[in-house]
Amino acid sequence: MTEPLAEVSNLSVDFVTRESSVRAVNDVNFTMLPGEVMCMLGESGSGKSVTMRALMRLLPPKRSVISGGIRIAGQDVQAMDATALRRMRGSTVSMIFQEPMTAFDPVVRVGDQIAEVVSVHRGVSHAAGRQRALDLFELVRIPSAQRRLDAYPHELSGGLRQRAMIALALSCEPKLLLADEPTTALDATVQIQVLILLRRLQQEMGMSVIFVTHDLGVAAEIADRVAVMYAGRVVETGPVRDLMRRPLHPYTAGLLASTVHDQPRDQDLETIPGTPPDMRHLPPGCAFAPRCPRAGTDCITTVPPPVTPAPGRIVRCLRVEAELV
Amino acid sequence: MMSATLMELDQRDRGGPQQPLLVVRNLRKHFPIRSGILGRVSAHVRAVDNVSFTVRKGETLGIVGESGCGKSTVARLLMRLINPDAGEQIFDGDAVGEHGGISVADLRRQVQMVFQDSASSLNPRMPVQNSIAFGPIAFGTPRVEAVGQARELLTRVGLNPALFGGRYPHELSGGQKQRINIARALAMQPRMIILDEAVSALDKSVEAQVLNLLQALKRSFNLTYVFISHDLGVVRWISDRVMVMYLGEIVEIGPADTIYTGARHPYTRALLASRPALDPDQRREEAPVSGDPPNPINPPSGCRFHTRCPHAEPVCASRAPSLGAEGEQAHRAACHMQDPASGHSQAIAA
Ligand SMILES: Nc1ncnc2c1ncn2[C@@H]1O[C@H](COP(=O)(O)OP(=O)(O)OP(=O)(O)O)[C@@H](O)[C@H]1O
Ligand SMILES: Nc1ncnc2c1ncn2[C@@H]1O[C@H](COP(=O)(O)OP(=O)(O)OP(=O)(O)O)[C@@H](O)[C@H]1O
Ligand code: SF4
Ligand SMILES: [Mg+2]
Ligand SMILES: [Mg+2]
Repeated sequence: MTEPLAEVSNLSVDFVTRESSVRAVNDVNFTMLPGEVMCMLGESGSGKSVTMRALMRLLPPKRSVISGGIRIAGQDVQAMDATALRRMRGSTVSMIFQEPMTAFDPVVRVGDQIAEVVSVHRGVSHAAGRQRALDLFELVRIPSAQRRLDAYPHELSGGLRQRAMIALALSCEPKLLLADEPTTALDATVQIQVLILLRRLQQEMGMSVIFVTHDLGVAAEIADRVAVMYAGRVVETGPVRDLMRRPLHPYTAGLLASTVHDQPRDQDLETIPGTPPDMRHLPPGCAFAPRCPRAGTDCITTVPPPVTPAPGRIVRCLRVEAELV
Repeated sequence: MMSATLMELDQRDRGGPQQPLLVVRNLRKHFPIRSGILGRVSAHVRAVDNVSFTVRKGETLGIVGESGCGKSTVARLLMRLINPDAGEQIFDGDAVGEHGGISVADLRRQVQMVFQDSASSLNPRMPVQNSIAFGPIAFGTPRVEAVGQARELLTRVGLNPALFGGRYPHELSGGQKQRINIARALAMQPRMIILDEAVSALDKSVEAQVLNLLQALKRSFNLTYVFISHDLGVVRWISDRVMVMYLGEIVEIGPADTIYTGARHPYTRALLASRPALDPDQRREEAPVSGDPPNPINPPSGCRFHTRCPHAEPVCASRAPSLGAEGEQAHRAACHMQDPASGHSQAIAA
């Protein structure tokens, strides 16, 4: 068996303020194998970004309480000191944010910023870093790459800025790339270009990718495996084909049915009734129970344990049989 | 289907069902770009350029296109939130803002708008039922009556007035706030509602609820919609006709199903083919077009799509293709390949 690249076990994240405490991530477990692409799917506020930030140890230390284990490339992320953390962020793991402007300094040319990162992490000269930046711009297919190195972030179009951001994230050849909605802000014709690019680079470089999205179509385009989050929990994981053809958790099924694609126009769309829960007042049992068509009284009181109804699939639902025939 | 009796009941319907509710001809809006310390106008964003279309009574016209193509500018022009540089607008036979026509104030009562950002369009210090009643009160409805109607409308948009009427916006979810915005638009008894990315910020599971609600309200209040969205799936489901924009111009317009199954403009085809496949076994191998949409400050010459179009020929850069006149055909595309006389090698036969 291949060693997992990342292992997350019983991860919980609480945000504590004077008035309240919110459990944004609740007992999340997953492993990532080398070269695997996993999509995290879920509605706004379900805990996707917080999970990503926990992996990078980017959460505010004073206001967040993290419990559970995170191991990346054999190392315990929770136990890392500042030096180890910096090394991990530069070489093993890197992250692409939804808004690429936040990753770049607005007053420094993008080529110099990438060169700086490369020269610090690799201990090479700035000139060598610039050369690497040029290679990376060509890798992510930025046209007129040489000229674009001298651009300031605001001078690049949305699509080019996102490519530059990907170049920056890839500059130290990470083993694990965390991509938090990297294409959501892009136009349709540009989004598909970036998705295809990411898929190609992932295959060529053999890296693992966790790709956060709320778009099922994007998951279908890029994922090997999908993890569906609801109210801080992963309610279902499985291989992308199985999960999309035969969703097992009622929430996943509802999400698939209510996504508008080519439904007949003279009929109502299928919906999930109600609204996503208030994270400050979660129901005691299954958080989806108030909206679930299959809920019984047991769902209101019992937190569903994970079951494995088929190979590679894990579901947290009391109505899902442990063994599918 | 629209019922004839409902139509006859609407006192405001002047031209009958055959007369378009809205006609727009050669609408244009160029935003000046100022630069330097003197703030001199150095360039223009050609946000909307010679746009002509009609909206029929009782239909939903969908508008799609990528960011910056001018969808919201069209919406704001239709409401006269900004003034056009040129063009005319006719609402149920009356020229807007012209002598003997319909006044802008009257237009703004008959046409309402719902935006994407549901939070910022509600007054945070007002209970939502008062927000809904605000417009009618301003137009002279007695307060008690207006609040009573507001509570009725809450029921119509699926919110229990006893539970929600007294709440403030921050006590509501995004979907609930959007229902309030819809109720607020309905309170003015409009004939037309412009929905500008009205469901785009909602979670998928809530978006479907609001879309069903919009369809139900359209039937029961006899409404006409202009529905703007970048979500091509949603636009197909809700629209009777679809208009595709690129860099300030209409590139294609026609019945929704025809556009989605038989698009004629290379841009429309690229846009549709850029949608993720929703099936892991049908993944896109190649992007339909490369590059980003160009800058609307200096749009490309001729056909504005020629810099990205796989079928571009010299004629495309030198001459702008025409969309053709309205009324000729239900389905029209502004591409030289659609014009037998254009000289494009792939032009259709006459
Ligand atoms: N720094 C923070 N302090 C307090 N609460 C936070 C903080 N960051 C996130 N949260 C809360 O944690 C929950 C999960 O947020 P998260 O950003 O992970 O959602 P998400 O799934 O990424 O949603 P979206 O799709 O909107 O990006 C939310 O309820 C959010 O309000
Ligand atoms: N007040 C303004 N001043 C200058 N330029 C403007 C102004 N309003 C809009 N623009 C520009 O006009 C063009 C069209 O903008 P518009 O908001 O209509 O696009 P849109 O199609 O609604 O895009 P989106 O999908 O992002 O909402 C854009 O290039 C925009 O930057
Ligand atoms: S006119 Fe020319 S450039 Fe424009 S869409 Fe048609 S073929 Fe392409
Ligand atoms: Mg997020
Ligand atoms: Mg807009």
